[in-house]
Amino acid sequence: MAATLEVDLVDAVGKVWSGRARQVSAPAADGEIGILAGHTPILSVLRAGEVRVRTEGEGVLSWHVDGGFLSVDSDTVTIVVDALSDSTSSSH
Amino acid sequence: MAGSQRVYKQRIKSTQSLKKMFRAQELIAASRIGKARDRVALASPYSRAITRAVSAVATHSDVTHPFLARRTDTNRVAVLLVASDRGMAGAYSATVIRETERLIEQLRDEGREVDLYVSGRRAVSYYTFRQRELAGRWVGQSDAPQLETAREIADTLLERFGAPADEGGVAEVHVVYTQFVNMVTQRPRVIRLLPLEVVEGVAPAGDGGPLPLYDFEPDPETVLDALLPRYFRARIFASLLQAAASELAARQRAMHTATDNAEDLIRTYTRLANQARQGEITQEISEIVSGADALASAS
Repeated sequence: MAATLEVDLVDAVGKVWSGRARQVSAPAADGEIGILAGHTPILSVLRAGEVRVRTEGEGVLSWHVDGGFLSVDSDTVTIVVDALSDSTSSSH
Repeated sequence: MAGSQRVYKQRIKSTQSLKKMFRAQELIAASRIGKARDRVALASPYSRAITRAVSAVATHSDVTHPFLARRTDTNRVAVLLVASDRGMAGAYSATVIRETERLIEQLRDEGREVDLYVSGRRAVSYYTFRQRELAGRWVGQSDAPQLETAREIADTLLERFGAPADEGGVAEVHVVYTQFVNMVTQRPRVIRLLPLEVVEGVAPAGDGGPLPLYDFEPDPETVLDALLPRYFRARIFASLLQAAASELAARQRAMHTATDNAEDLIRTYTRLANQARQGEITQEISEIVSGADALASAS
């Protein structure tokens, strides 16, 4: 069992999702960024695109975001978004 | 005598209908306040995350940004006043307006020109009645502010702050709102939002301890550029939400007091009406008795 990330996805009116995940990928300014446990601390601007969270239970959650930013700090990922739409989940 | 009894009855009746109205307002405010407080609580993770990120950028790099720099090219400042759309909230609107007046006077003493932006119909009518000019106004949702309105207000103010001096740029942006402390205490607060003071404005966000050395993607300037407008918007939205919760709490308390006062009045008037009725009866009896006496002594 690999180490996991603590993920918080928040927008201006509230917390959208929070929980543990194995991998997070997001549309960073210079291209898609993928984050696994043990990632170096980073603060990044997000473009519009898809944020995907691979949860512990092998499910994948994804949201379309309009922009925002992301911070990683000792296995805690905080994704702050302006607006998001169509939350979809699927399991592999 | 008969007249005064009728007057008391009328007063009792009108006070009773007022009391019903006060009670209804109290119940409405009470039912909405829970939701308003929830919204304040729900918005806090967002502003906490942004605050933490802003302080991370500010402490780990030497970037400067227009939002952080003091402007010296203009004397003009903007003040945003957050009041309520409706009355029946005790001194709620009066208190923030008084606080704003004090701020404006202080700024004028420093030789500043003040542009006033106002949210809430009560404050708008206060200033239009006095024929004072308003630079901007927003009405209609003081007890349930929407994110779009907050964004519109924030963008208007940011635009003014970013504009050159001869096109109406402002050097500072102040906000006067009411902070929701708890159900009994709501405190008017005056804060300067622009230029941002990273040192005092971004107290460590609590959970984290010392901030790690971040990498910035793509670079610190761009990150700060993306963060600061969001930070500003979040602060504006938070003030509106706090003000909404305060307004409802103030209204609930004011209406509760008004209901109690109406009950007291009804009780007083009922006593007076009873007294008047008793007096009337006594008078009638003494008239009959003295009439009978007169007849008896005549025969």
